[in-house]
Amino acid sequence: MSLVELKNIYKSFGGVVALRGINFEIGSNEVVGILGDNGAGKSTLIKIITGLHPFDDGEMYIKGQKIDPKTYSVKMAHEMGIETVYQEKALAAKQALWRNIFLGRQITNRFGFIKVKEEKEITNRIMRDIIGFTGIGANPDSTIKTLSGGEQQGVAIGRAMHFDADLVILDEPTIALSLQEVRKVLNFIRKIKENGKSCVYISHNIANVYPVSDRFVAIDRGQVVGNYRREDITLEELNDELIRLTKVKEGNN
Amino acid sequence: MKLAESKTTLDYSRYKLQIGLVIITFLIFILFMITSPDVFLSPRIYRSFLSTVPFVGVMALGLTLVLAMGEIDLSFPAVMALSGFVFASIFGSTGSIILGLICSMAVGAVVGFMNGTLVTRIGIPSIVVTLGMQFLIRGLSNVLSQGLAKPMTLDETIFYNLFAGTFLTIPIQSLWFLGLAVLLWFILFRHKFGEHVLFVGDNEDATRMMGVNVNRVKIMVFMLMGVMASFAGILDLFKMRTWWPTMGEGYLMMTMAAVFVGGTSMFGGEATIFGTFVGAFLIGSLEAGIVAAGLSGFWTRLIYGLLILVAVTLHTVLKKNR
Ligand SMILES: Nc1ncnc2c1ncn2[C@@H]1O[C@H](COP(=O)(O)OP(=O)(O)OP(=O)(O)O)[C@@H](O)[C@H]1O
Ligand SMILES: [Mg+2]
Repeated sequence: MSLVELKNIYKSFGGVVALRGINFEIGSNEVVGILGDNGAGKSTLIKIITGLHPFDDGEMYIKGQKIDPKTYSVKMAHEMGIETVYQEKALAAKQALWRNIFLGRQITNRFGFIKVKEEKEITNRIMRDIIGFTGIGANPDSTIKTLSGGEQQGVAIGRAMHFDADLVILDEPTIALSLQEVRKVLNFIRKIKENGKSCVYISHNIANVYPVSDRFVAIDRGQVVGNYRREDITLEELNDELIRLTKVKEGNN
Repeated sequence: MKLAESKTTLDYSRYKLQIGLVIITFLIFILFMITSPDVFLSPRIYRSFLSTVPFVGVMALGLTLVLAMGEIDLSFPAVMALSGFVFASIFGSTGSIILGLICSMAVGAVVGFMNGTLVTRIGIPSIVVTLGMQFLIRGLSNVLSQGLAKPMTLDETIFYNLFAGTFLTIPIQSLWFLGLAVLLWFILFRHKFGEHVLFVGDNEDATRMMGVNVNRVKIMVFMLMGVMASFAGILDLFKMRTWWPTMGEGYLMMTMAAVFVGGTSMFGGEATIFGTFVGAFLIGSLEAGIVAAGLSGFWTRLIYGLLILVAVTLHTVLKKNR
């Protein structure tokens, strides 16, 4: 049984059709790399899986369970073990780091009051063990706006890593990162695979996506235009394939 | 990843803002004591502040949460009037204070729900929605009352002691204000609901991405604002023992001034309950101080304006220097 299955999914925003009949699948213990141009619909696709956008038409199954777009939500996705690092990072600039880590999943007493000390302690641990913040100024109380772009990315990734997920979705996670940090993210993806979990990895950098993915899905103007297993294709061939798809597109225009 | 070192000074500068506010307040009161010692060195004037400032103060607490989530409410003075009218009518016809209380709070909640729903589901900016609502609600209470005041005999019940009496010589209104301020501080900074309010004001999209029901948070804050306005109205009614059609007029600017002078900004994502608490007393005592100093009432607005601009400039500059 696949972890996530999308059948003929449509989604539009006002007049813009972002997805037109997407068929997409994530197997259990599979790393899927999604490739495609700017505006192809990659982020829209994953936001449907994470419960942020309801789809207009088609069918979606998560762990075999049919999803009703009217009631599906980010909260339900969290409960079903889906964690996401959004392209937009999804951090609130003026709020403390520890609050950003636990937003929406606060550790509270039964009246809903936050256990501040506990959340800060865990944040400290996440910063040290998962993100690898080493600076002496590293502090769960720091507001997000005082962190560098790469550090903010680290917080978003650390948050997704902390909540033990069956599926981790990474949308352009390496965009603000140094080479060393990129290697950390790629190792994280390998660890997800080793732990028997699944991952969706979106990036414009094919050289990064290639070595960690089991399968590649190419998306163009809201449709799946290619599906390749890594054992069947080399990095060069994949590159050529994507260039060929772009040429077809230009020919159509 | 290494973090720069300067980040631990943050908390200190947050307190700097509040300390500054307290110093300004004390300076102003010392000034009043110098200009009119006979008034400001006797406890009477302070007892008077403690019983009148809470009307504005309670609403300022609600408004602090509205601003924290990056929205605004202009309808609360009219809500105060309408729910006051509902209380007066129900108490007048049934004699039941409890029923009157429940119904008047419900009015505040319903108006807040309508505000919140129009803002979130239809997508109208809150300044527009609440401006329209303010006219609608004020108009409704005018139509229902036909512009006539409603005197009440409230001073014989135990509720009178609860809402307009004194506790160890302290006017009870101020204890309500203090209690609500403490409660709202805990809700805003220690409860997950308050955390959601601050995040919504800071970055609505991010908050939604982390699974918070943003619309529900907004609607609930507008409802809270409505209930706070109703409650301020109740306190006002018990003190005045009459409902009057222009009730609440003049409170809009006072309330906003209290919140802004206190240091909460319109940008959302941050707020200070402590600042609002002090700001309400500062704004609420200014007029008495100016008049007692022998200046004519004409000076009041000028000095209000000056104080607001100076305070808000200070807050903004201090925040930038963080
Ligand atoms: N919330 C939204 N409202 C309106 N239009 C949207 C929204 N989100 C996406 N779109 C539109 O849908 C299309 C697909 O956008 P999407 O963000 O999914 O692309 P993408 O493949 O992630 O691109 P990129 O590589 O630049 O991140 C674009 O035309 C975009 O303008
Ligand atoms: Mg994208």
